Amino acid sequence: MLEVFTLFLFNIIVYNIPLLYGTTGEIMIEKSGSLNLGVEGTMAIGAVAGYLVGVKADNLFVAVLVSFIASGLVGLLFSFLTVTLQANQNVTGLTITTFGVAFYYFIGNALANSEGGWPRMNGTKLAEQSQALEIPGLSKIPFIGEALFSHGILVYLGVIIAILMWLYFNKTVPGLKLRAIGENPGAADSLGVNVTFYKYAHIIAGSGIMGIGGLYMGLNMGGTFEGSNCWINGYGWISIALVIFANWSPAKALLGTLVFGFFNTLRVQNAALAYAFPNALGWLTKIPSHFFSALPFIITLIVLIASSLSSKKKSGEPQAIGRNYYREDR
Amino acid sequence: MEYAIELKGITKSFGPVAANKNINLSLAKGEILALLGENGSGKTTLMNMLSGIYMPDSGSIFIDGKKVSINSPEDSGKLGIGMVHQHFKLVERFTALENIRIGMRDEGRFMHGADVRKKIEDTAEKFGFDIDLDKVVSNMAVSEKQTLEILKVLCYGAKIIILDEPTAVLTVQEIDRLFDVLRKMREEGHSIIIITHKLNEVMAISDRVAVLRHGEYIDTVVTKETNEKALTELMVGRKIELNIDRPVMEKTHPLLEIRDLTVKNDEGVIAVDHINFYIRGGEMLGVAGIAGSGQKELCEAIAGLRKIEDGQMIHEGESIVGMSPKKILEHGISMSFIPEDRLGMGLAPSLSITDNMILKNYNESKGIFVDRKTASEEAQKVIDRLEVVTPSTETPVRRLSGGNVQKVLLGREIKSGPNVLITAYPVRGLDINSSYTIYNILNEQKEKGVGILFVGEDLDVMLALCDKIMVICHGKLQGVVNSNHTTKEELGLMMTGTINIVNKDGKTDGIAKDSAFTDEEGNA
Repeated sequence: MLEVFTLFLFNIIVYNIPLLYGTTGEIMIEKSGSLNLGVEGTMAIGAVAGYLVGVKADNLFVAVLVSFIASGLVGLLFSFLTVTLQANQNVTGLTITTFGVAFYYFIGNALANSEGGWPRMNGTKLAEQSQALEIPGLSKIPFIGEALFSHGILVYLGVIIAILMWLYFNKTVPGLKLRAIGENPGAADSLGVNVTFYKYAHIIAGSGIMGIGGLYMGLNMGGTFEGSNCWINGYGWISIALVIFANWSPAKALLGTLVFGFFNTLRVQNAALAYAFPNALGWLTKIPSHFFSALPFIITLIVLIASSLSSKKKSGEPQAIGRNYYREDR
Repeated sequence: MEYAIELKGITKSFGPVAANKNINLSLAKGEILALLGENGSGKTTLMNMLSGIYMPDSGSIFIDGKKVSINSPEDSGKLGIGMVHQHFKLVERFTALENIRIGMRDEGRFMHGADVRKKIEDTAEKFGFDIDLDKVVSNMAVSEKQTLEILKVLCYGAKIIILDEPTAVLTVQEIDRLFDVLRKMREEGHSIIIITHKLNEVMAISDRVAVLRHGEYIDTVVTKETNEKALTELMVGRKIELNIDRPVMEKTHPLLEIRDLTVKNDEGVIAVDHINFYIRGGEMLGVAGIAGSGQKELCEAIAGLRKIEDGQMIHEGESIVGMSPKKILEHGISMSFIPEDRLGMGLAPSLSITDNMILKNYNESKGIFVDRKTASEEAQKVIDRLEVVTPSTETPVRRLSGGNVQKVLLGREIKSGPNVLITAYPVRGLDINSSYTIYNILNEQKEKGVGILFVGEDLDVMLALCDKIMVICHGKLQGVVNSNHTTKEELGLMMTGTINIVNKDGKTDGIAKDSAFTDEEGNA
């Protein structure tokens, strides 16, 4: 009985941490007043670059670093286009998604059809390093210990990033300056804040964080490339919606990840639940599986509608979001 | 004399328009210099070059006798220059403290390190500011925001302080308080440049006056040795009559009658409370009141932009309650409202003057295509008639200076030939010459038999221009007085709610004797 719940909770975290990476990364970018719709593509590029180099170097740290840098470069491209050249942020973001996902398939298919084939991670050190780490003591807590404190290192890293980001926004002066730019870049500029530098730095950092989330998804899939299914699988898009759900707070992004994760996990676990509780949850088997696959997206829609209806919920939304800043503009 | 700032040969162009041509200007240490000029004469542009928003195309800037180049607001701040912008540069969601904290340089990376609060409080006390540092800016009144802006630059240690039209949004008492602060700052050795249009303020506060005209430097005069008339002539470049005309017209029947009008504001609080009034053709009715007494809600209700809670509005015998704004417009009621920030309402900033003309009369053109030719001619007419300074009819409205934007807005409203014209703060922030142009336009409309509702701020102007003045306080009618039989003092007392003369001595204020209302309607 308990095991089913523990497993359910465990799966919520395992399968949905990428959402936390995507969401916190996007929050960092949106706090600087830029709306980056390229999360999906940025994650895809970080995933494929980090994985391939990581397998070659056979080291998880290298993989994380490379995925951060690769996605950071995508962020640099986005910054150059929107901050320096003042291109439309929505169009640029969509272009990055199209490009990133296509890049993933291009590299993947090229490698899969080549002589050596797509590199696998079975039995490598990389696979070993991605294994779950049991935190001594905490993981022995009955019922939740195993579900919460027995994960790969990237799960913990994602949570740490979210907490650090919250502290950064709310307790430090650079965080204050960043939020000021998102609210009113003209005001920040007049106070001597280097708007261009801050935007570049945070767009790059946020994109890099997304990249690690992409890498995590690849590793979680066992590093197998399927020609028809992208590792990221729409999580980038859900992340953008989660930002609104989290009201632009990295702390609430943790909560959002769990809520979305619940519905997401229902997709994989509904049969197990129905089996464990035939009387109470047996009806779950009567629902077509396609419905569960669509559920996260349906929830996304509902969340967007609900948070748009309530004006208070959007109190964290940066006022200048989506608008490029040009000092001499009037 | 020792100079805090010297500008030599400063030139700045935006595309084909030269905003500043070869300007020379000096600010002595410890003086208050008034910078005077009409709208679009390049005052703000010039000051923005000192604050690092713009870079001059040519010319040099000397601070404390040393040649400097100011490439960014940061450079400007390091040189000890602080600017209080006309449109406040504040983050609305932040508290006062957070807003000040953004620009502090030496207090470490953590938000509350190194006694930030103490430092700010000390500065506030030194200059006699009364401010709640934990108040969120969006909850502040305009004067509080301005106090915060001034405190901000003082906290950063600015020795040279530039204020761009600081008095445009303040009440008389607040202006007095501001001037006390400025004098105190001067005593402390600060040098101050203040931009204003109001000549009485220039005379009251400044030591010297520098005048710009059409982007060129004209002269600097010592305030004590000049007078308002001489300054006006320097500014406008020709002699100008400082009297406002008030043509007396034969008044016709009541065109617009308002009975028991009650309207709520955005927060759901009653903003207009059972107001009665009427406007006859050929009459200008002023609306006086402290800012935020329900003027905006009143205008919006009449224009059909705001739902009314209760009451009747009759235009030429027909109720306009519940009509769409477009219907009301077709009925002959036209409204122009200049909000406090002067940018907001009525015009699409990125569209050209022509396109903004089309916005109002798109439905007059036949077929599905827009009649650009006529619109462009009309735009040209407005430009010629109201002396709008613009490179062409195709210039985006946001590129124009504030006064020119207002002229375009009013010009468009008049063009549709309304018989009731509602105009709120039409001269807000305008220089004398432009203001007089606007007064003349309004008077011309009055002579044509149009009924005008003039929501204004300056009591002197309203007494000179309007036939009657209705005073409101917290949305309630305080009385309607004839401009010839009242004084500024009486109006002031009514505005603050001290006296209320509605229905005194058996008068029926706000209800016309020859009302188009039937008795039942009037009582309803």
